[in-house]
Amino acid sequence: MMRLLSGDAPRSRVLALLLALILLALAFAPFLFPGSRSLETAARICVVIVLVASYDLLLGYGGIVSFAHTMFFGMGAYGVAIAADRMGPGYDALALGALAGLIAAGIVALLVALLSLRVRAIFFAMITLAIASAVAVLVSQLSAYTGGEDGMNLRIPRELTPAFRMGEVFGLRITGKILNYYLVFTGCLALFLVMLRIVNSPFGRVMLAIRENAFRAEAIGYRVVVYRAVATCLSAMIAALAGSLFAIWLRYVGPSTTLGMELMMDILLIVVIGGMGTMYGAVVGTAIFVLAQNYLKELMGGLSEATSALPLIPDLLSPDRWLLWLGVLFILSVYFFPTGIVGRLRGTR
Amino acid sequence: MLLGRNGAGKTTTLRTIMGLWQPHAGEILLDGAHIQGLNPAQIARRGIGFVPEDMGIFSDLTVEENIRLAALSGQPIPERLEWIFAAFPALRTFWHSPAGTLSGGQKQMLSVARAMIEDRELYLIDEPSKGLAPAIVATLARALKDLKERGASILMVEQNFSLARALGDHVAVMDDGRITWTGTMADLAGDTTLQERLMGLKMESA
Amino acid sequence: MSNTAPSHAPTITRLPLAERLKPWLPVLLVPVLILLGFLAIPATSSWLTLTVSGLAMGMMIFVIASGMTLVFGLMDVINFGHGAFISFGAFVGTSVLLALGAMTGAPSLLLNLLAVAGAVLAAMVVTGGMGWAFERVIVRPVYGSHLKQILVTMGGLIVAEQLIYVIWGGHEIVIARPETLKGAFTFAGAALEKYRVLAVAVGLAVFLALRLVLRRTKLGLIVRAGVENPEMVQAMGYNITRVFVGVFVAGSALAGLGGVMWALYQEVITAPMGNEIMILVFIVVIIGGLGSVEGCFIGALTVGLVQNYAAFLEPKLALISNIALMVAILMWRPMGMVPVVKAKG
Repeated sequence: MMRLLSGDAPRSRVLALLLALILLALAFAPFLFPGSRSLETAARICVVIVLVASYDLLLGYGGIVSFAHTMFFGMGAYGVAIAADRMGPGYDALALGALAGLIAAGIVALLVALLSLRVRAIFFAMITLAIASAVAVLVSQLSAYTGGEDGMNLRIPRELTPAFRMGEVFGLRITGKILNYYLVFTGCLALFLVMLRIVNSPFGRVMLAIRENAFRAEAIGYRVVVYRAVATCLSAMIAALAGSLFAIWLRYVGPSTTLGMELMMDILLIVVIGGMGTMYGAVVGTAIFVLAQNYLKELMGGLSEATSALPLIPDLLSPDRWLLWLGVLFILSVYFFPTGIVGRLRGTR
Repeated sequence: MLLGRNGAGKTTTLRTIMGLWQPHAGEILLDGAHIQGLNPAQIARRGIGFVPEDMGIFSDLTVEENIRLAALSGQPIPERLEWIFAAFPALRTFWHSPAGTLSGGQKQMLSVARAMIEDRELYLIDEPSKGLAPAIVATLARALKDLKERGASILMVEQNFSLARALGDHVAVMDDGRITWTGTMADLAGDTTLQERLMGLKMESA
Repeated sequence: MSNTAPSHAPTITRLPLAERLKPWLPVLLVPVLILLGFLAIPATSSWLTLTVSGLAMGMMIFVIASGMTLVFGLMDVINFGHGAFISFGAFVGTSVLLALGAMTGAPSLLLNLLAVAGAVLAAMVVTGGMGWAFERVIVRPVYGSHLKQILVTMGGLIVAEQLIYVIWGGHEIVIARPETLKGAFTFAGAALEKYRVLAVAVGLAVFLALRLVLRRTKLGLIVRAGVENPEMVQAMGYNITRVFVGVFVAGSALAGLGGVMWALYQEVITAPMGNEIMILVFIVVIIGGLGSVEGCFIGALTVGLVQNYAAFLEPKLALISNIALMVAILMWRPMGMVPVVKAKG
């Protein structure tokens, strides 16, 4: 077990319990929460966990802020979509598309890293923001390849679609959709364990040293730029794989589901609230975020109606404004809980 | 005069007095008033002129602008300026050039001149001779001596013992963050074994 | 070049022409770009129209970006929430203009300009005040940590954007230009929109005023010195924090002014508009050299011109063209066109 976790124990009873709970819930989601809506949520949680964890690789371990993470996510998704579009529904198309997305993400990440990290780490945030938004515009303009604003629907092998049936297990009818879910689940679990391995390797420890004091790390003899560039590439490539899985699951890609600024903001919020530089923060943060998204919105809706007679208050409490409160929570957590939920649970500051 | 080996805490002392670094313990008094906890700007306005080790020259500003900025009352006093020009003629020559184009010695002159443009109670001067040619050190020594004779108090850190001896009256020697010896410059200058013991260096008595 | 001919009395102060020109190359970039545009665009009239429109856009971006670049230069603070001031400025200004409908609708230049001035004043007061609060509440606790600054100011941006939805609702607002600023006049066969010419004039005025303050006043001396070495400015007796707050407020107010200008340029405003403009602002401050007002000015004009020329020559490349510009300039001068001297890394 510890080997699988690369020796990185949760180091908190509550955290271990939470993680086990989330793992079990996701592993048996089709049996525990039947219905396509909840399966949809479970798959989304799996993918977002990997996406957020790969972002944490960069932000939490590298101390670098990127706004292009969804761009890499999108590269994986569009890679699969375009390959399936050109080559027809087959596993070869999916594999080739994912590979193409992976390589493209790696190369672009390397170029961006070399361009900006060479100069100043803060340029990275600005440059990635500019590039990501330019790419988003480009994707919506190149509709011949990408389907433009409408996005594109994927044709995937029949065994992964709801139309495919293969008997019952524990009273649940196993469809292609459920097989597809397990593809996503295993893929995400594997990617997460790989990332745990990375951050607990000597490479990960050097990254932490760089985050704490880049100048000192450079003085000891580590090439800071090289390490940061490698971290950028790894993070981008894992995001691309997560994107490929997401595209296969949704059987659809579009600019808003994969490239949007909103998704980028969500990732940022989850990493910080979950706990930067912990990996497990991505798991806990995502689970709480997705639940809060549903639960909090309902609560706000109720409060908003209850206060409808008052001026302004109902507008502030409207469910559409939940991002407002999340933003406030985000700022407060950067000030007061810089290590997020996981840091709190571990009792470190 | 504050002397001591590298890393003894001399620069730290000056920067802490200036309020640039916060002391962990103890108090800093200027004319009997506490000044610790004030920000550097407030401390400067109580009458302390500071010449840091790295000279703190604004290289984008011209020599004139550097001096003008140092004059808290607004414009530099003309006679004071004449005195500075007499001490450091190079500054008049490069009056309108960006300070970044000056040589190292000229930058040090500018840094000292900035502190001298108005009367201060106390001057904190950190290693003015560092890395400078002997001729320039002599020019600086003359100017500092002149400043001293005008009745200003100077707290100076110096590694160049001959310059220190030429200017210093009272000496404190520091090691490992503490003052290990105090006395007069005459006592220290006359006793080479004491010098060696205190500073671990053999001072040439040129 | 004639003076590269062998000369036997080279003095130390006299560098070769190429060397002496080097610091001025960025300044030449804008005229060169305009010239290139002239060669690439077939019709002179469209070239003139595009140039004016590019300059107008550049000036607006400059007005917005100048505060941000100074804030960075002075205190090493990077404000990702700057876009919020643009949006708020646009919304406040638009609200004032809509309320002054009688004045903006009248065919009198004086009344129109008064209405615009009122809108600008209101926008600048509100965004300046916001800037003050932003600095106090959001930025002050995270001095010294870029990572936290980016995160926290991004959070501030989200909150501010959401507040716009709360106050003005979620829909976009259409705002027509005042009566006498509508339409275009013809100059040398080219149609020049009146408003764009006004925008160029306002931007130029802001630039000249900023330069005047920075070059000729004591406050400007403190700011310029502070950009290089804030510690020394402190030790000389100036409270740099207070100066910094002032610059932050002024920069926010300028972003508000830019927001109003942009609103009247596009004639429609949305809550995320500020953040969309910020993409261009980031490109500008990076290529200009973070902390440099002159570099910011050159960078803004360059970006405005490239964007407009590219949109005419190859519409799909408009946004990509600026990214390409940024990449090219960073390869040429990694610290930006007008690198800022810093006392320490």
